[in-house]
Amino acid sequence: MQQRRELDQVYTNRKLLNGQLDTPKWWAPTVSILGVIVLLGLIVIAIMINKGLGVTGLSRPVYWGLFITTFVFWVGISHAGIMISAILRLTQAEWRRPVTRAAELLTVFSLLTALVFPLIHAGRPWRIAYWIMPYDVARGIYPNIRSPLIMDPVAISTYLIGSSLFLYIALLPDLGNLRDRTAGWKNAMYTVLALGWRGNPRQWKMQTVGGILLSALMLPIFVSVHSIVSWDFAIAAAVEGWHSTIFAPYFVIGAVHSGVSAVVTMMALMRWLWKWDDFIRPEHFDALARPLIVVATGWLGFTFLELTFALYGQDAPEIALREMQMFEWPWNLLFIIFFLTAYAIPVPMWLFKRVRTNIALMFWTSILVNIGMWLERFLIIVPGLARRTPFVYTWEAYRPSAVEWTIFIWSFAWVTFLMLLFSKFFPLVPLFEQKESQVFTDDVMIGRAKVPAIVREAD
Amino acid sequence: MTTAAFGTHNWGMVVDVDKCIGCNACVVACQAENNIPINTQDRVERARSIAWIRVERYWIGDFPDAKAQFIPIMCQHCENAPCEPVCPVYATYHDAEGMNIQVYNRCVGTRYCANGCPYIVRFFNYWEPVWPESLRNHLNPDVTVRSRGIMEKCSFCVHRIRRVARGARSAGVEIADGAIQTACSSACPTSALNFGNFNDPNSKVSKMRDDKRHYTLLDQFGTDPNVIYLAKIDANKKVGAGEASSHG
Repeated sequence: MQQRRELDQVYTNRKLLNGQLDTPKWWAPTVSILGVIVLLGLIVIAIMINKGLGVTGLSRPVYWGLFITTFVFWVGISHAGIMISAILRLTQAEWRRPVTRAAELLTVFSLLTALVFPLIHAGRPWRIAYWIMPYDVARGIYPNIRSPLIMDPVAISTYLIGSSLFLYIALLPDLGNLRDRTAGWKNAMYTVLALGWRGNPRQWKMQTVGGILLSALMLPIFVSVHSIVSWDFAIAAAVEGWHSTIFAPYFVIGAVHSGVSAVVTMMALMRWLWKWDDFIRPEHFDALARPLIVVATGWLGFTFLELTFALYGQDAPEIALREMQMFEWPWNLLFIIFFLTAYAIPVPMWLFKRVRTNIALMFWTSILVNIGMWLERFLIIVPGLARRTPFVYTWEAYRPSAVEWTIFIWSFAWVTFLMLLFSKFFPLVPLFEQKESQVFTDDVMIGRAKVPAIVREAD
Repeated sequence: MTTAAFGTHNWGMVVDVDKCIGCNACVVACQAENNIPINTQDRVERARSIAWIRVERYWIGDFPDAKAQFIPIMCQHCENAPCEPVCPVYATYHDAEGMNIQVYNRCVGTRYCANGCPYIVRFFNYWEPVWPESLRNHLNPDVTVRSRGIMEKCSFCVHRIRRVARGARSAGVEIADGAIQTACSSACPTSALNFGNFNDPNSKVSKMRDDKRHYTLLDQFGTDPNVIYLAKIDANKKVGAGEASSHG
């Protein structure tokens, strides 16, 4: 790949700090519009808490709907951070460098958003603070740690804390950089945040070691977070379509599929919006799409297993559920869209290098994947509850209300809003990583061809 | 059964499906006894109505030879309840007397318990309950009025059990068999619903449970309910044709 250009430090600084040192023209209007949507969403949430969950479309058998789907979706998106910052860091994949921060950021903000949903989804959210948040020692009754709803916040908080620390540690050198280039209150802010970063060898060493340690510590979270989210469903023995032993790995691999796709979407946007063509190059899209083909195909295998398990045991209720999920209106329409968008359209396209290096195509296919992955969660959660139970008392479908859709849209606006706000004060592409890779990369001659290679000093 | 290890009482119910005539008296009695909000048309249409006990009707055969069969279903008070382990705040737990308890005060309304219940006997208060002015003074003072945002379900009329148990304790006597009746069982005109103590081998329900017609609902989930059903007798079935059918 010959897309790399020799970039001097002044150019790198000027380009990558263009969000902080001068504001792009589109920034203020976009943030204002998003701010209005965020505000509207918050008002709707307040109304819902005030009036009660009667304003949603939930009913008797379908007690969980759009909110839990969106919760699982955002937790899934958050897997991007760990995939790129921890796993690619430990495997020393050099191409990860320009996207690490954006991926971590997406993780932190999507987790913050995901955590909102179980809270507002409860009948009495204020009681959650009362019964769970102060660990209930004084009353002699602990929260029920057998419940996945207790394991969920534990896993997600661990992930959130780990990711935030990771993000902050990686931000330190850039904060020092910004401190030296700003004046006034901004300078004061960066001075405090930079924690006295001088860039001396000892600080660099601690920063690197800290990053590697955090990567290693976060690896178990890679497995745990979405496994635990999947147990929300998998332990319900009496719900066909939920009660499945493959849910943990199935959810994890699905999360990587949707999370890494979200990073692709974001990379395309960053490239277009801040004109970072020199930093986020087609080769990066290529490098992300290759493992995605493998991940997506592995995920497809799990999907196939999940849908066909019932046939082995000839379990009549589960076969009936699968029939409903795949062949009955309106689930069949959703199922077709889900299958096309999550796998059948994007993944075969990614097999071609021309697609993998085409930014616009990668942008749209990665969006398709996330539409499909959202539908996947919806198709697991809602038909499982709306299924025909043994007793005819309640066979109900589910139609999300306008309130639920508003809060669903709010979650997207909220994540984007936070990202853009962050971009005003902190660089989205880590400068020091960029410069480090610049140093590590050199052209080597192989025969007559000049190719870029990673050059490291021997230990 | 794990219940033997529990205290002196193991409350349970025996429902003789053969005697049920589908009159719905139990449903009305329960509604009045337990301060259940009125199921308006809107709530029923949106599948948010609340009925701690319900009578399901199934048609057997085709018109004009169709026959209706009825089965009353309430919380089964499972010994191995799917609703209990999933509650994050222990708002629902199993007590020493074989009952599945719902603590309204602790409930935060995750609705996780209701997802796990195969009998669909747990209900969520989507709205604040309202009664017409004329019914305000009819509320039972022994039973909590549930606010919006929490789960509720059949309690085996726990307030009646407690009242009788308190009286018996202060009088220093055992609770007599049949002294405690739930609202539904006392309203049942055909004695299809029978409430009592399974730990007493001489109680009415213990004897009824020994009937060879006995079965529990949705056996396959291994929930081990404290509500035992007695199967409907099929009049057309020849005597000696084997066990009674397992379903009403």
